[in-house]
Amino acid sequence: MRIEYTGLSEMQGSLVVLEGVSGVTYDELAEITLGSGERRCGRVIKIDGGRVVLQVFEGTAGIDMEHVNTHFTGRPVTLPLSKEILGRIFDGAGKPLDGLREVFPDERRDINGAAINPVRRKYPRSCILTGVSSIDAVSALIRGQKLPIFSGAGMSHNALAAQIVRQARTMDGEEQFAVVFCAMGVKNDTAEFFKKDFQDSGALGRVVMYLNMASDPIIERILAPRCALTAAEYLAFRHGYHVLVILTDMSSYCEALREFSSSKGEIPSRKGFPSYMYSDLASIYERAGMINGRAGSVTQVPILTMPNDDISHPIPDLTGYITEGQIVLSRELEQKGVYPPVSILPSLSRLMKDGTGEGYTREDHADLSNQLFASYSAVADARSLASVIGEDEISETDRLYVEFGKRFETEFVAQSGSENRGLDQTLDLGWELLSMLPRSELSRVGDKLLDKYYKGAKRQ
Amino acid sequence: MDDGRYYIYGVNGPVITVRGGRALPMMSLVYVGDEKIPGEVVSAGGDTTTVQVYEGSEGLGRGGPVFPTGKPMSILLGPGMLSNIYDGIARPLGTVADLAGDFISKGITLPALDLEKLWDVKLAVSEGQEAAGGMIFAATRESDAVEHRSLVPPGLSGKFTQVVSDGLYKVTDTLACVVDGRGRSTPISLAQEWPIRKARPIARRLPITRPLVTGQRVIDTLFPVGKGGCAAIPGPFGAGKTMVQHQLAKWSDADIIVYLGCGERGNEMTQVLGEFSELKDPKTGRPLMGRTILIANTSNMPVAAREASIYTGMTIAEYYRDMGYHVALMADSTSRWAEALREISGRLEEMPAEESFPAYLPSRLAGFYERAGYMETLAGREGSVTVIGAVSPQGGDFSEPVTQNTKRFIRTFWALDRALAYARHFPAIDWTSSYSEYFEDIKAWYEANFGQGFTELRQRILDILNSESALMEIVKLIGSDVLPDDQKLIIETAKLIRQGYLQQNAFHKADTYMPPEKQMAMLEAILYLCDEAKKLTAKSIPLNQLAATGIFSAMYKMKFGLGEGQPKAYFIKLIDDAISQVLAKNA
Repeated sequence: MRIEYTGLSEMQGSLVVLEGVSGVTYDELAEITLGSGERRCGRVIKIDGGRVVLQVFEGTAGIDMEHVNTHFTGRPVTLPLSKEILGRIFDGAGKPLDGLREVFPDERRDINGAAINPVRRKYPRSCILTGVSSIDAVSALIRGQKLPIFSGAGMSHNALAAQIVRQARTMDGEEQFAVVFCAMGVKNDTAEFFKKDFQDSGALGRVVMYLNMASDPIIERILAPRCALTAAEYLAFRHGYHVLVILTDMSSYCEALREFSSSKGEIPSRKGFPSYMYSDLASIYERAGMINGRAGSVTQVPILTMPNDDISHPIPDLTGYITEGQIVLSRELEQKGVYPPVSILPSLSRLMKDGTGEGYTREDHADLSNQLFASYSAVADARSLASVIGEDEISETDRLYVEFGKRFETEFVAQSGSENRGLDQTLDLGWELLSMLPRSELSRVGDKLLDKYYKGAKRQ
Repeated sequence: MDDGRYYIYGVNGPVITVRGGRALPMMSLVYVGDEKIPGEVVSAGGDTTTVQVYEGSEGLGRGGPVFPTGKPMSILLGPGMLSNIYDGIARPLGTVADLAGDFISKGITLPALDLEKLWDVKLAVSEGQEAAGGMIFAATRESDAVEHRSLVPPGLSGKFTQVVSDGLYKVTDTLACVVDGRGRSTPISLAQEWPIRKARPIARRLPITRPLVTGQRVIDTLFPVGKGGCAAIPGPFGAGKTMVQHQLAKWSDADIIVYLGCGERGNEMTQVLGEFSELKDPKTGRPLMGRTILIANTSNMPVAAREASIYTGMTIAEYYRDMGYHVALMADSTSRWAEALREISGRLEEMPAEESFPAYLPSRLAGFYERAGYMETLAGREGSVTVIGAVSPQGGDFSEPVTQNTKRFIRTFWALDRALAYARHFPAIDWTSSYSEYFEDIKAWYEANFGQGFTELRQRILDILNSESALMEIVKLIGSDVLPDDQKLIIETAKLIRQGYLQQNAFHKADTYMPPEKQMAMLEAILYLCDEAKKLTAKSIPLNQLAATGIFSAMYKMKFGLGEGQPKAYFIKLIDDAISQVLAKNA
């Protein structure tokens, strides 16, 4: 028997309240039929006796409290999945946007997913080469990792993400590769940019897109990454694909979460964001990884724009505590015309140490990376000294550092959007630059590797 | 629904309101719903009881069944915990995976111990012997490295009867009975239950007299933590909190390590699991996993279990302490625990205090850290629990409530610095803002074990580092070339101390762990170089002549040299040679 409840007792923001309801469970999917016959979906977010609070995905605009019927489906929010989703475009709630029919499901999955048991996780060790020197050499992306790009409004994060998608490959060559692209609160132009880029590179057939535009309802924005990751997990762990998930823009996601939280009347935490934002973000980011005995993997590259370029803002801050490193873009480099404007010092890949070096990439990879970091961090000191006492007055060593810094930014970090640098090319370039410095300054590399790769004048 | 049976009335995330009979006892364990999800009573009033559940509440609805147990949240303690990995409420994750597959599913109730496994037990008591709580009555080999000593549950006393003979037993088999003065007989076995929120009793607290030796130079030399003490590691993300915790878990000289991944990354726990199974304990030469217990509540596992996980970890640590072991508990990260507390508090609609953390945050933190200590156990042995808590301050700002309140209950503070981490100086423990209050208490141990005169050497190192900080203010403005030679020497020596001594490469086989005698040798050699160089500058010989010999660069590699077996004398000779070379040139 189909039970429908007529009318609502309260509406606020995207929430509606029903009274006198029974037999409903937490997180259950509800169908709401408006007087006009329009159908909307909602989810149970609170039960208090017979009072049930529903979150309406499409928003409450146009709902008349009296002329509305609600039916509880008895199941959680699920996503219909099959291999046909490759090449398709959906909205944030998983409904087709490309004019094609609904997916004929081979399986339905709860979009909340479940935590991977740590004993069944496979520790990620296989390096993904992106062909971007500043990433491959010093903050290498590892398959199964979650490595966000911390950017700011107006910087070239989208171009970088698209370049990574175009060029990404592993040391051992081509395998089943797919991309899940999830847009949250982005402008139409941004979505178009990615769509066109995927099309031009012939990748569209391997891409699934979940698009929630800036003007779409915020509740769908909260669902979008969950749908995208459910699709990614399905492709990875059911069909053995290596899936790269691009999530953009996480800042819009967090703002949607804040808007939703305040409409529920929750106690706000820092900058008005809900106190559970860490757990909520973790429930997204932790869905990256690999599983023992299963072929596929889920690698995440979330993109977020730091409000006012502030890395200590709650959004980048909580993200950094969950993800396995971060690639930080620098406004200063962007203004100098450097693409990609990757700020080397704050960028970090936590999994790099276990996926690079002998047996994984090249023997000198890890030491070279360490030395580039250490040397480049000395550049800042030399520069600030030079700006105080003048470049002519600084010591010979400091002068070399300033010179090294300049070439490092313009030759190593900078490359064109279509340039796909091989690993050998990147590492050799790194050595060429380090060879500008006296050998005694390279304390992070052992003598054996220095003998082999260092090409500078031998002092002492 | 008014037949006295308890039922679900409301659901709000992990907070469930229960109605039915009279309110349930505070902090007691209940199972909720048809899936029997475990939860704990967090408040009660009138006919309503509020429960926080340790698993996702999706699928629970009004009228669902509730099963009260009347007992507090407890875990089953006994042999078989070492080498194991548990979730926040002590369910073995290996067994969970066998039952549920690659993803964690709900409603699995499992004891912490394997109830079927047979243990080779040697009884330590005989018929008629006096029994007292905390007394060791049986022993079994739990791992290659650790003997499991079974204890009479605290609070029990009388005489042993029906003592079985040595042999193979399951954890729940009765090994003896304790008959008290009134003739009541209580069977005892290898396993015992203990409520996680209650500290296990001890005979008395003892003063802290020795350090937890970690093999990490910056910690052992400058900022040690006492055995039985508390330390905090705060730092922004990427500063290396987890790396420091891993290094301590690997190399510190504790008998037992309880490693608690509280709201952190799943891959990190997998890494610990893999790495610790391969690495060998430097003391015993046996796999590290044999002395380690892991507790994992990764950031996407239920938040209420995160709140419970630190108590689960502490209870296990205390249990091994009571056997007479030195236990180190690594909690990574306590901020996630505090945030779990905040999240539940918000759902309970409690009045928020600073940064919307609940007002009882300091007292909860104190309650946790105060369970650490160097104790005389009920059995008359010495044991300790050392707590090392990572703190993840929002935005790397140490003035936030969790860092500030933690500082009040710990005595060693390892402040991780973002600038050091950016320069890849690891461990990124900032020597100007870190401190250890334990050093004075354990000075005697250092003089006896590191070597005579250690206190003085340490002070000189600190002085040189502090002088450097002051000098760097000048150098930033005018460059180092214009400084007089004695000040240049301070800068050179400080640089050597920073890069050659304090910096330690966790991934370098020869450098990841350095025993005390080698640390002492390095300190002596560095300060010897400093003294000899000072003699040169006193003779007005320019310092850059000495630098030109390459002796400073050679000393940077001393840590690797010592680690690979070169003796200290080799480096002393290098210094002497460099000095005589310079002297000869100026003769």
